[in-house]
Amino acid sequence: MANEVCLRTLDLDRPWLLDQYRSRGGYEMLSKVLKEQTPPEEIIDEVKKSGLRGRGGAGFPTGLKWSFIARNAPGQKYVVCNSDEGEPGTFKDRDILRYNPHQLIEGMAIAAYAIGATLGYNYIRGEFWEPYERFETALEEARKAGFLGDNILGSGFDFQLHTHLGGGAYVCGEETALLESIEGKKGQPRFKPPFPAHFGLYGRPTIINNTESLASIPMILAKGGQWFADIGVENSGGSKLFSISGNINNPGVFEIPMGTPFSELLEMAGGMQDGRKLKGVIPGGSSAPIIPGEQMMDLTMDYDAIAGAGSMLGSGAVIVLDDSNCMVKVLERMSYFYYEESCGQCTPCREGTGWLYRVVKRIEDGKGRPEDLDLLDDVADKISGKTICALGDAAAGPVAGMLKHFRDEFQYHIDHKRCLVGPANGQ
Amino acid sequence: MTITEPVNKAELFTPDIRKEIDEWVAKYPDDWKQSAVMAALRIIQDADEGWLSTERLNQVAAYLDMPPIAVYEVATFYSMYELKPVGKHKICVCTNVSCMINGSDKIVEYLEQKLGIKLGQTTEDGKVTLKEVECLGACGGAPMLQIGRQYYENLTPEIIDSILEGLE
Repeated sequence: MANEVCLRTLDLDRPWLLDQYRSRGGYEMLSKVLKEQTPPEEIIDEVKKSGLRGRGGAGFPTGLKWSFIARNAPGQKYVVCNSDEGEPGTFKDRDILRYNPHQLIEGMAIAAYAIGATLGYNYIRGEFWEPYERFETALEEARKAGFLGDNILGSGFDFQLHTHLGGGAYVCGEETALLESIEGKKGQPRFKPPFPAHFGLYGRPTIINNTESLASIPMILAKGGQWFADIGVENSGGSKLFSISGNINNPGVFEIPMGTPFSELLEMAGGMQDGRKLKGVIPGGSSAPIIPGEQMMDLTMDYDAIAGAGSMLGSGAVIVLDDSNCMVKVLERMSYFYYEESCGQCTPCREGTGWLYRVVKRIEDGKGRPEDLDLLDDVADKISGKTICALGDAAAGPVAGMLKHFRDEFQYHIDHKRCLVGPANGQ
Repeated sequence: MTITEPVNKAELFTPDIRKEIDEWVAKYPDDWKQSAVMAALRIIQDADEGWLSTERLNQVAAYLDMPPIAVYEVATFYSMYELKPVGKHKICVCTNVSCMINGSDKIVEYLEQKLGIKLGQTTEDGKVTLKEVECLGACGGAPMLQIGRQYYENLTPEIIDSILEGLE
């Protein structure tokens, strides 16, 4: 059951082209929906039934999100796709944009029909030039073929879709920061409520979903919500794209059923480099607290299993660490990232991420103080849940996870002013 | 509200650049020209040796009917805009976790030694700037770097040699 949804055309010669996509039934669902004028409620019900949860990392049920829009309220509504893929370890949306852009376009058009929107944007991170060009080419093809634009396929339904290119800011992956960014502002998250469903892009009702979520829609409708749900496990419907990287032989993107054992995913990814021992796994992007290797080998890749181990499935970005890695150094790098990317709006995050980075750095540099571990716990706790967006929690989570599972290694650094395992990368 | 001198927008940029910016403006609702500011900054930066002067920021503000401060906010917030001169080629090396554990430290060291500069510096001949960047979403090809619009993945010293040789 691999490559059944977003990567189902990957075996084709040039799957990003319209004729290739259509050779596998591409745009048939959009055509069917428009021809039969499927009631939007039916579409939303089907998406709900599929158990699809937001693939960007938050895991909020997609169908439920759509149902918050007052479809018949007057005025413009928007469909926005979040292709601002930036969670460290994540590289799956890049492949959807490069290899199956038409399925994303079809999914967005169906979403627009379901919520009554006639305008949409796909926010692609600025560094993704090749994916951007692929997507733009696909847009052009879709417009020419009449799948986008005015009066699509003679149905009376209009949908214009454009790309917005980012400028390099992790925080813009947060949905309201992303909306600010489309509005031509710095990407600082908005206070919620109101949620985007009521006050979104340009102050109008907006749904904003991840690339993978929207690209899954055509197959969910074609084969039924139940079909999609049954691929996965309870509470984690469908298959999922896992980006797996780190100390493994065959890193890459794998579309596999939710609930697949981690051990199988590791095997697909070629196993550990140089036959080394698995030390820890960051299961859902760098914001997800680390899970020790032994524990991870017994877990399955789904929301509940990973949450039960005190972490989160997040964006499905799996970073595999072998026993040559110094966890202090790994945490130092991650903490630097959040310090660098904090937008500066909320004091606990702006100041706290700097504290976390500086304290972890001095431990790594052999200048740690006896009180530092308690200090890190304290600072992480003072950020968690006290900020407008989840970036603060994302910065605190890895610290809490590392100190929970690898506290001895940090203590050793402080006590001996040197590393327990040697510098990262086995140098 | 800012009080600015009336400007002739046609004189701000070349026809090609105006055309490109206008294409982005057309994507957004009529009263949201500001949405095109990120695209405008990128287009001008690309045409202007890779960086944006304050004069250019002011011109973008005038062109899109924005207060200059709103353009400064955007230009300083996003990491891809350069507000000081940079080398002809900007080498952006990812050093985030997946790249780090696959040897990005050694890649940076090798680049620094070959180019004779440190991260954040530009070679004396103005040819190359070396920049550390955060995760570029290509961790499957770690370690990796970006030059211009191009990603280079699974880096080795040999690959870096050939990349550097290819830079004009």
